[in-house]
Amino acid sequence: MYQYDNYDQAMVDARVDEFRDQVKRRLEGKLTEDQFRPLRLMNGLYLQLHAYMLRVAVPYGTLSAKQMRMLGHIARKYDKGYGHFTTRQNIQYNWIKLSDAPDILADLASVEMHAIQTSGNCIRNISSDQYAGVAADEVVDPRPWAELLRQWSSFHPEFSYLPRKFKIAVIASEQDRAAMRLHDIGLELVKRDGVVGARVFAGGGMGRTPMVAPEINDFVTEDEIVSYVEACLRVYNRYGRRDNKYKARIKILVHELGVEEYRRQVAEEFAHMKTLGLNPPTEELARIAAYFADPVYETGLSDDLDRSDPDFALWLDRNVVAHKQPGYAIANISLKPVGGIPGDASAEQIELMADLAERYSMDELRVTHAQNIVLPYVKKADLYTLWRELEAAGLGEANIDQITDIIACPGLDYCSLANARSIPVAQKIAQRFTDNGKEATIGELKLKISGCINACGHHHAGHIGILGVDRKGVENYQLLLGGSGAEDCSLGTITGPGFDENGIVDAVEKVADLYLAQRNDDERFLDTYRRLGMAPFKEALYG
Amino acid sequence: MADFLSFRGDEPTEEPAVTLESFDSQSNASAVRIEPGEDTRELLPFIDRLALVEVNFPAYTDGRGYSAARILREAGYAGELRAVGDVLVDQIAYMRRCGFDSFKPGHPLDEADVDAALARYEDVYQKTVDGSRPIWAKRHQAA
Amino acid sequence: MKILTANDLATGDVVWWAGDGWSRLIVEAYDVGEKGEDIGRREEAARRVIGAYVIDGEQTADGPRPAHIKDRIRGLGPTVRPDLTLKPADPDIGKWVI
Repeated sequence: MYQYDNYDQAMVDARVDEFRDQVKRRLEGKLTEDQFRPLRLMNGLYLQLHAYMLRVAVPYGTLSAKQMRMLGHIARKYDKGYGHFTTRQNIQYNWIKLSDAPDILADLASVEMHAIQTSGNCIRNISSDQYAGVAADEVVDPRPWAELLRQWSSFHPEFSYLPRKFKIAVIASEQDRAAMRLHDIGLELVKRDGVVGARVFAGGGMGRTPMVAPEINDFVTEDEIVSYVEACLRVYNRYGRRDNKYKARIKILVHELGVEEYRRQVAEEFAHMKTLGLNPPTEELARIAAYFADPVYETGLSDDLDRSDPDFALWLDRNVVAHKQPGYAIANISLKPVGGIPGDASAEQIELMADLAERYSMDELRVTHAQNIVLPYVKKADLYTLWRELEAAGLGEANIDQITDIIACPGLDYCSLANARSIPVAQKIAQRFTDNGKEATIGELKLKISGCINACGHHHAGHIGILGVDRKGVENYQLLLGGSGAEDCSLGTITGPGFDENGIVDAVEKVADLYLAQRNDDERFLDTYRRLGMAPFKEALYG
Repeated sequence: MADFLSFRGDEPTEEPAVTLESFDSQSNASAVRIEPGEDTRELLPFIDRLALVEVNFPAYTDGRGYSAARILREAGYAGELRAVGDVLVDQIAYMRRCGFDSFKPGHPLDEADVDAALARYEDVYQKTVDGSRPIWAKRHQAA
Repeated sequence: MKILTANDLATGDVVWWAGDGWSRLIVEAYDVGEKGEDIGRREEAARRVIGAYVIDGEQTADGPRPAHIKDRIRGLGPTVRPDLTLKPADPDIGKWVI
């Protein structure tokens, strides 16, 4: 994985120094809260429901064991012993003191980490495919481009006060595991006549006005991706709406201008930018790519697995994914134990995952947008031992992409923007489908819950989505069906009137029952829904 | 505390800036003021006769002025480029990188804080218009 | 009753105006009447707290109870982590929120 050189290290060290100074000026009264707020947000520090919350960047979701261990240390030393992995492949801590924040950033900098631009109206952490570099189906490892864009976007002087936040995803497989088309800019790396380039999508997003990003360029060659993205951003910075923060995302600009016009304006700006020498040379991409070169794999390893333990066999079927290298596997660690809090991990669990990465996964981990952890380089021969250790630590849940592998935002239990709690609903649904045994037969079903219309829980992209709203001071939950954040990207449709907390659990069960009764063979829930349409589901819910 | 800061070697332009709208009809004006939302590129035919462009930041959170400034410098404008309005210490380094070379803040700035902010980052990741060599260029300077 | 709440500037802790200062315990919340916004502004200016705002509540046998669930969760702690609430030993404490 990528390693900082002196330049990168100096940047994060300077940032620690800068933020220490800003916190000092705030506490001394030289900065008002209005002046300080965007500065702390650009360091990932929010004021949440109970305390300050710090969001730490995990660039494109890749972590070393040493970095993971530091995340556990921070949870223990500065927080209440746990952290929360987010849908943007980051981690956030819920109980941070402002006065500790500079020290935390210094600790992070000591392991080449930071919280730069994890919030604020700037370019956020670049997200990517959690299986990058090991997936059997990828065209090229997308992470060198993600790292190139991370550096380009860090402290970008023109784009730090955008109309609104800006999220970029980079993938390189036909299978989209990063919800690429629900980003402000999505890049899909492809090869054309042996040349790598990017299909560029712009104007996707969730929130109160969800949109699937249209393609604005079918091929930008790899050496011009930075300047093309820069052109996209400049048009947005100049013309994105600033009169209404709910209409300020790039998706509204692209929608109001129309794709053709936005594309034309970007092309004009891009033509100008081509003359300015903004792109790093190909040597720089090659320098970064060298860090992502394949590790030295052992050869001649066996692909055989002993499936005699049924619990292990289930975990293999659900949590283990094919690796591009014979004898190796990609192992998912579910952070969705039934009854637990989706995405939460204790300091001890974080440290254990670091140890396991060191022992079984060539020192590397990934964070997924579904709030789980991946060990990307596990020898098949080690899977059983690994699983036993995970089981012992409460990390052995075999439910990846099942109905109990629920994405949930922190909701009203933690978030000051939320209208309703998300976590208790996730817990009740997971418990219901475990107790009634239906989880075992449903198969792939992505259930996603947000506690408000900002959609941090990706409810628009859930096969089943749930949106918490406030109805006259009482929590109420709307149900959506048919969304997908994958390559078959679509937005869910609201079924009708909402439900109370117990009612939404019953409603999900009715929907699942109809699916189980109507599905053809191995048809996924999403495909059954697409075949049948909304009407029978509505009938089952409200008829 | 400073009401005005200049990073140019010359005297500040004293001529009052006219609005972009009235600039067209005043062929002798050499100072103009850009508001957020106005298209800086309308000035490009006239950059040779301009001595001062003021870019107004009614609120520091409105970042359109950064693009306005960079566009002027990219087109070769060499006159004074002044940020006015809600100009704060923590934005000045970014403004410098986008080509601003003078500042007339609505509230006076602590010069020591400004100096500290400008000295903090030795290097930059992007090529802009301030002449700084980006890190990627330094990494490969031998080649 | 009207309750004034905020977060402590340096620690971020949820605090309640207790008449002569801030308390971390909602049971000590004081009826600020019409003075809440003035006190909030003054306390923010003194850099003791941020995000001060006035809420409706009622005085109950268990002490002041905010009218909105959001403020009850602020007053107690996350309902999904009873161990981190103000009353970790009380198994029914979540009911106070709902």
